Amino acid sequence: MTTIKELSLVPERLVGGHRLCGGCGASIAVRQVMMGAGPDADVVCGVATSCLQVSTTIYPYSSWTCSYMHNAFENVAANIAGVEAAYKGMKRAGKIDPDRELKFLAIGGDGGTYDIGLQALSGAAERGHNMVYVCYDNGAYMNTGIQRSSATPKGSWATTSEVGVVRPGKSSPRKDLTSIMAAHHIPYVAQAAVGYWKDLVAKAEKAFAADGFAFLNILAPCPRGWRHDLDQSLVIGRLAVDTGFWPLFEVDQGEWNLTMPAKTKKGLKPVEEFLAAQGRFDHLFKPGNEHLLVEAQQDVDDYYSYLKKRCGLE
Amino acid sequence: MSLAANAKQTAIAATGNAFVTEAFRQIEPDALCAYPITPQTTIVEKFAQLVADGEVATEYVCTESEHSAMTATVGAAAAGARAYTVTAAQGLAHMWEELYIASGLRLPIVMINVNRALSAPINIHGDHSDIMGARDTCWVIIIAESPQEAYDNTIIATPVAEDLLLPVMSSLDGFITSHSIMRGDVVDDATVKAFVGEYTPCDDLMIGSPRTLGAFANLGPTYMKVKKAQRDAMDRGLASIKRVGDEWASITGRSFDHVETWGMEDAERAIVVMGSAAGNARAVARRLRAEGEKVGVVKVRTYRPFPVADIAAALANVDAIAVLDRAETFSAQAGPLALDVMSALYDAGINTPLRTYIYGLGGNDVKLEQMYQVFTDLKAVTTDDVSGVVNSTPRYLGIG
Repeated sequence: MTTIKELSLVPERLVGGHRLCGGCGASIAVRQVMMGAGPDADVVCGVATSCLQVSTTIYPYSSWTCSYMHNAFENVAANIAGVEAAYKGMKRAGKIDPDRELKFLAIGGDGGTYDIGLQALSGAAERGHNMVYVCYDNGAYMNTGIQRSSATPKGSWATTSEVGVVRPGKSSPRKDLTSIMAAHHIPYVAQAAVGYWKDLVAKAEKAFAADGFAFLNILAPCPRGWRHDLDQSLVIGRLAVDTGFWPLFEVDQGEWNLTMPAKTKKGLKPVEEFLAAQGRFDHLFKPGNEHLLVEAQQDVDDYYSYLKKRCGLE
Repeated sequence: MSLAANAKQTAIAATGNAFVTEAFRQIEPDALCAYPITPQTTIVEKFAQLVADGEVATEYVCTESEHSAMTATVGAAAAGARAYTVTAAQGLAHMWEELYIASGLRLPIVMINVNRALSAPINIHGDHSDIMGARDTCWVIIIAESPQEAYDNTIIATPVAEDLLLPVMSSLDGFITSHSIMRGDVVDDATVKAFVGEYTPCDDLMIGSPRTLGAFANLGPTYMKVKKAQRDAMDRGLASIKRVGDEWASITGRSFDHVETWGMEDAERAIVVMGSAAGNARAVARRLRAEGEKVGVVKVRTYRPFPVADIAAALANVDAIAVLDRAETFSAQAGPLALDVMSALYDAGINTPLRTYIYGLGGNDVKLEQMYQVFTDLKAVTTDDVSGVVNSTPRYLGIG
């Protein structure tokens, strides 16, 4: 593991001046992922249509110091797979310096990954392109106004899973994308969170070092969509982990490892602490909805138990 | 020129798809990203064998969908590669979003479309519906009549794309051309490689310094300027295609014209058609000529950009025109080719009686009787003296 002092010397590949919101988890996630690529790596990065994309490349400006490409919403995995294929073909044909090493990175939000981009992601993973795919998961289509995705937690408010007199927000549980990607039996899969930088950078380093396709699912708080103050993003990111709502783990060459903070060995915090910190869950705390909080805790407990079994801890 | 002097041609008998694959082998693109679909499959299958045998250095990506096939082709081209793809019908429709992105990013991709009817009802046979769905995406579109032309067009497409910085679609008629064996001539490998040359991308993500490609042009006139630049490139298209086609002709002896004419020197009546049915039209025209009828055939080989002046010149002196469309675009007017022809004639001040037809949808048999019927219709137009009458309500051929 690199020290924070060393990481501070890694040149930024996503520089300031972009138009992302204050407190946005996406830019923090991307900068930490880029740290994992190391100081000297030549990165070609693709970004799916998203907040990150529209806010960092407003023509004629770009916040990217590495090569960057935007294609469309549902296909960043295929787009970067094509770039990687070109690299292989052109290297074989002697058109690229044989010593030139490139790192290929695709980034999508949860809408562009869990939903509309799932097919392209699965296809690229199955074909085994040598690339890293990063999903920054903020649990809804934030770029277009907080519409629900299949990453939106059960019970959450979103503008297409409204809270009303007969419906208390989203009725179905979120998709477990990290396990789905683990089922592709690719070299490296991990779940990380903004707020636990050391864990995140270590996983990014492993992902870039993997020989083949690697997938990182990173929880990235969104003050606008989650309805919290701008200075609370890292606190809430850590609460997601500490409550078990978003457990940290990796599947390294098929081996499942829980990478939770040491303090959680004494037990997880109640999920209510994570939920209560965000306006999108306000309605869960209203009289008559007590059962929804019980269900939320049960869902967290069940998933954590599943995960511990996968990791050989139960 | 030296290329022509050293070129050797070999006669082979093969299907249209085999001719296309042979051109692919000779060009040896850096990347081929494709998804199998009937009637294109024999191209990707044969190419996969070439890859397996190590006969090409091409990186072959067999994607999980046509959307990803075109996306990966776009990514590979953006990376600086000479990137190809192959599709048909539903596959081309599935790519539709990416077709605009390929041309908007000015990537010189070459795509072979083995044309086929669009669902529903599902039908795997050839017609031009899929081409028409991609007609307005700023792709150069060249349409082959025969396996030989499918070979020639595949090779011509490469320098044209790289000259214009526009993607090029080369299409051949599903099954009729793709699966019929015909005799044709292939040029030797070294000549083909020299003809397409080494590709130097004007911009790329991998070779030079870092680039941002696909920025967000949301405000101000930037988006419109980009569209105008695409239009300007398309305006240069006919000259570029003709120049490359003529260079290829100097090697092969097979002339290239956007609009190919037969019997049009003194024709009184003419059929305008695209693709394999041009052969049917010529066969009937030849017989009618033997009977003293002054008939001719105009085949459109370059469809986008549309060769307006060539069309007007070819049809300037006839008394009646029939335009045959192998696609229905449901405008409640004539078919798409007919509307293009009518527009070209209007620009040239030509007001010749014109009939429009829809034929061969979903591979429906194109019989010689249909061509006789069209020429007979045209004769009635001329003898009944209905000058100035344009019939934009198409007649359907071959369904009784």
